[in-house]
Amino acid sequence: MDFSLTEDQRALRAGMRELMERRFPRARLRAVVDAEGGGGAAAGEGAGTGAGAVDRGLWRELGAAGFFALRLPEAAGGVGLGLPEAVLAFEEAGRALLPGPLAATHLAAGLAATGAPVAGVPVAGAAVAGAAEGEAVVTALDTAGAGHGGAVLVEHLASADAVLVLGDGDAGIRTAKEIGSSAEAVRSVDPATPLHRVPGGVAPAAAGERSSGEQGAGAGRGTAARLRREAALLTAAQQLGSAVRTVETAVAHARERVQFGRAIGAFQAVQHLCASMLVRAETARSVVYAAAVTEDPGDIAAAVLLADEAAVRNARDCLQVHGGMGFTWEADVHLHLKRAWVRAEQWQTAAAAEEELAAGLMSTGARCL
Amino acid sequence: MDLSCTEDEEDFRHRLRAWLRRVLPALPPRPDPADWPARRAYDCGWQRMLHDAGYAGLHWPREAGGKGATPTQHLIFLEETERAGAPYVGANFVGLLHAGPTIAAEGTAGQRARWLPPILRGDEVWCQGFSEPEAGSDLAALRTRAVRDGDDYVVSGSKIWTSHAEVADWCELLVRTAPVTPDTPRHRGISWLALPMDAPGVTVRPLRTLAGTAEFAEVFLDEVRVPVANRVGAENDGWRVTMVTLSFERGTAFVGEVVACRRVLESLARTARANGRWDDPVLRRRLGRLAADCTALWRLTQWNVSEAQRTGGVPGVGGSVFKLRFSQVRQELYDAAAEVLGADALDAGREWVVDRLSSLSYTIAAGTSQIQRNIVAERILGLPKGR
Repeated sequence: MDFSLTEDQRALRAGMRELMERRFPRARLRAVVDAEGGGGAAAGEGAGTGAGAVDRGLWRELGAAGFFALRLPEAAGGVGLGLPEAVLAFEEAGRALLPGPLAATHLAAGLAATGAPVAGVPVAGAAVAGAAEGEAVVTALDTAGAGHGGAVLVEHLASADAVLVLGDGDAGIRTAKEIGSSAEAVRSVDPATPLHRVPGGVAPAAAGERSSGEQGAGAGRGTAARLRREAALLTAAQQLGSAVRTVETAVAHARERVQFGRAIGAFQAVQHLCASMLVRAETARSVVYAAAVTEDPGDIAAAVLLADEAAVRNARDCLQVHGGMGFTWEADVHLHLKRAWVRAEQWQTAAAAEEELAAGLMSTGARCL
Repeated sequence: MDLSCTEDEEDFRHRLRAWLRRVLPALPPRPDPADWPARRAYDCGWQRMLHDAGYAGLHWPREAGGKGATPTQHLIFLEETERAGAPYVGANFVGLLHAGPTIAAEGTAGQRARWLPPILRGDEVWCQGFSEPEAGSDLAALRTRAVRDGDDYVVSGSKIWTSHAEVADWCELLVRTAPVTPDTPRHRGISWLALPMDAPGVTVRPLRTLAGTAEFAEVFLDEVRVPVANRVGAENDGWRVTMVTLSFERGTAFVGEVVACRRVLESLARTARANGRWDDPVLRRRLGRLAADCTALWRLTQWNVSEAQRTGGVPGVGGSVFKLRFSQVRQELYDAAAEVLGADALDAGREWVVDRLSSLSYTIAAGTSQIQRNIVAERILGLPKGR
């Protein structure tokens, strides 16, 4: 057993961090957020040119860096790496607060390359084929995430070319235009994540097409469950990145900010907030990384719970450490908190993860630890 | 990121399992927790079995009579023995996990030859005389004095929270051999002595815990003569000598209890199913979250062990982070047990009720959670020295 990162994994992480810092520096993040006008508003309409639109140039650069094709076999033009490496890349994206439907596009790239039957591919095939290179923006609609009245929130719909639709057992690709026709823009709490509300009843396949679950032979069966798990884990990885970043931000502020004649980081009340943040982040890290290795549904549920907790609560504590400045639009802290809230609602909710783990307790001996 | 075991590690695990299957059924029944001599005999009997089977001092260096096992092998050993329901290290805790490793690292050849083999064989039991009534979290404030008189130190003072003091042969004792002056830091002037517990002037008074049992004791020292030859390390260098040993702690200190957490949780789920409380989604979700927490403790342990392996045994970020999370989860686990039990949680005869009481010590013992947070803040996060 050697749970530590390999040299290659360290290099990958460092490379991703460098890419994010170079291509999505703070100024870029602020441009996205401040263009939006400071009040939270509807997603941009018209092929993603409005506020909060996906930056196509950046998307292509991510594609060129292998972000979306990371797990595709090299024969298929991918990088040939696994879920652990994808998790490291997504952690860095979360750290940088990189906006966009990263997990959905990453998964769509995988669907296109496997050759497994995927609903809607004839229709949206071009879009999916472009996902790996970052030529296409694919967002997701998870029917399991339906709220009251069956409506589902979809991020970055206006910027997207296609939508990965996850049904009960099957998954499919629909064009963004199809889904967008019935969608209604929402005033998103996260200024960098435009949201649309899509009414319930969306099927993974358009009328007249077969969804992956109906292809028989098991190729599509369980596809949705697998994609949901992978998406949940990649989202948890982003939460981890955010949680680690907010510890660093809080600590940096606590070392600099002087009150009562000394850095506030010398006060135990502040120190203990920061220490608890580190505990949350490092705990989440161990579970997220382990889930990437085992791909076990229980491990992924644990990763979701602890990473969501770490991201949300660390952002809250970071805000607290920043005092009044933390409450301003100008500080970045609220962006971490808002994104953490958005991610916590995606894929597997806390309630679902807790129920899954509770059920696992009853299947005695099925898995130890 | 590799969580799989190597062939050697799997082989080690299988041989250990086979041995445990063979010997555990033949163990005598567990002694009455209040019967200290019986507990000592039981714990030492188990240590002797480990010794004879080649498992004693697994994580000790070979030069010290240990097996020089990797942290992963040690982790496997602790995991498998707990899963199999084997006895806990018990009375041999201090000898195997602190005093022994200290002597191994800092003792002379003669000291190692005198004290280490009996620890490994389960012949001699050690206890720890560090904390004092006025020196708890602030250990360097200790006041027990040792005055040189010929070839002896004459030691007077008192120690507290000393587990197994009633049945110990030796005590690893921290004493002040030089007074604190404005010019010397308090961490200087401390020495590490091996105190024979049967020396004249040693008085042990059991301390009853809130759980009702006497799990540790106060030790009073009234002009006890300890040979200078029993000092490990240089005079006034005892603080460093003691801290060196902490590097033996490679993230495996609580492995057994982490494994036990999962078992308790599964047992809670079965009880809740039987008494109907499982139908309450709030309780169910609480247990589900605790399952995530237990998984996290295990993964953190694996992470810390791997990092210790990578960095050569230096305890890193992991120790305090783990301890903080572990103590919190441990207490939440037994609070959840109380919810499963309902009013039966007031019946101290029920399973988990005394464990719940005992769990209250977790955020205090071996460094309070507040001290751990200070350590994390100052040593890991680099925040200014706190006040």
